[in-house]
Amino acid sequence: MRLMDLFGRQRSARAAQHRLQVLLMHERSAGGRADLIPILREDVLAAIGKHIPVDSDKVQVRVERGDGVSLLEIDIEISNLTQRILERRTSAFGLGQTGPR
Amino acid sequence: MAHVLVVTSGKGGVGKTTSAAALGAALARGGERVVVIDFDVGLRNLDLVMGAERRVVYDLIHVIQGTAKLSQALIRDKRIDTLFLLAASQTRDKDSLTDDGVERVIRELRPSFDWVICDSPAGIERGASLAMRHADFALVVANPEVSSVRDSDRIIGLLDSTTEKAKNGEPMEKYLLLTRYDPVRAGRGEMLCVDDVLDILCIPLLGIIPESKEVLNASNTGTPVTLSNPTSAPARAYNDAARRLKGELVPLVVPSDKNTLLNKLFGRRAA
Repeated sequence: MRLMDLFGRQRSARAAQHRLQVLLMHERSAGGRADLIPILREDVLAAIGKHIPVDSDKVQVRVERGDGVSLLEIDIEISNLTQRILERRTSAFGLGQTGPR
Repeated sequence: MAHVLVVTSGKGGVGKTTSAAALGAALARGGERVVVIDFDVGLRNLDLVMGAERRVVYDLIHVIQGTAKLSQALIRDKRIDTLFLLAASQTRDKDSLTDDGVERVIRELRPSFDWVICDSPAGIERGASLAMRHADFALVVANPEVSSVRDSDRIIGLLDSTTEKAKNGEPMEKYLLLTRYDPVRAGRGEMLCVDDVLDILCIPLLGIIPESKEVLNASNTGTPVTLSNPTSAPARAYNDAARRLKGELVPLVVPSDKNTLLNKLFGRRAA
């Protein structure tokens, strides 16, 4: 029982140390760029917005900060109407076709 | 419509964040829709205690300033899908927290949740004052220790004078959550006992959370103690307190990890 107790406690302390290391690494490196994610989001939306209308309410941004790599996910919901505009544009430019008719 | 609850104390380190996370998780596990809001701008920690520190994109200040929608800033718990977190900003000035902004956020949350739990920062300044201002009732967290009880008394005074309820002439409901309680030391007269604290503060008792190593184990791993080891003494005490919040009559006892043979044999294994 004692051994399990000891083992369990060590495991949770190690988990704490690891979580803090990852978190503080990100917080320290963020420095003056703490708002990097909102900035990236605005830039990405502006770039996409040049081609198709994007409703900023239909955008979800997620991050998962990892040890070596962080993942930034930006989900943009494109309505069917937007989809049709997009299809019309791509076909007008001769894009999106698999081969000559 | 949500009940808006502020978890406050005046003094730091008494267990506000631990309690907000544990009660939020206990309520959500019972099927209630719960959002826990961190009001500690500049020193956020609720995200860490709830294990969501790697997933914070937007926070309360972004929502208040209109940079993000509320739906974008709410972080859904990975273990319980009716539990949400709204983080505090780590980088902004605490002056970015405005009364209008907080009121609007709480008003927007009310229809979609059963519980809005406002985790107050320590102290009596802007963050603490705004965390309590729009609450329907308050949970005052105190340790059985002189400085904590004194600060709780001060906070009770502020709850009765500075909240919206108080300003509208309505009574502000307040409940005491006594944390880090050691019944053995209290019995020996080395620690203020429950009645001593109640005599001084004169507010109803919601629960007694025993001093336990499980609380540190839980925060180490970023899991509210009611989820990390639900059979442990503090988890049972928080679960009882959560049931009382819902209006159930639950006898007030101080759960212990030590009293039964069954606990000795199987208690640890549940972790």
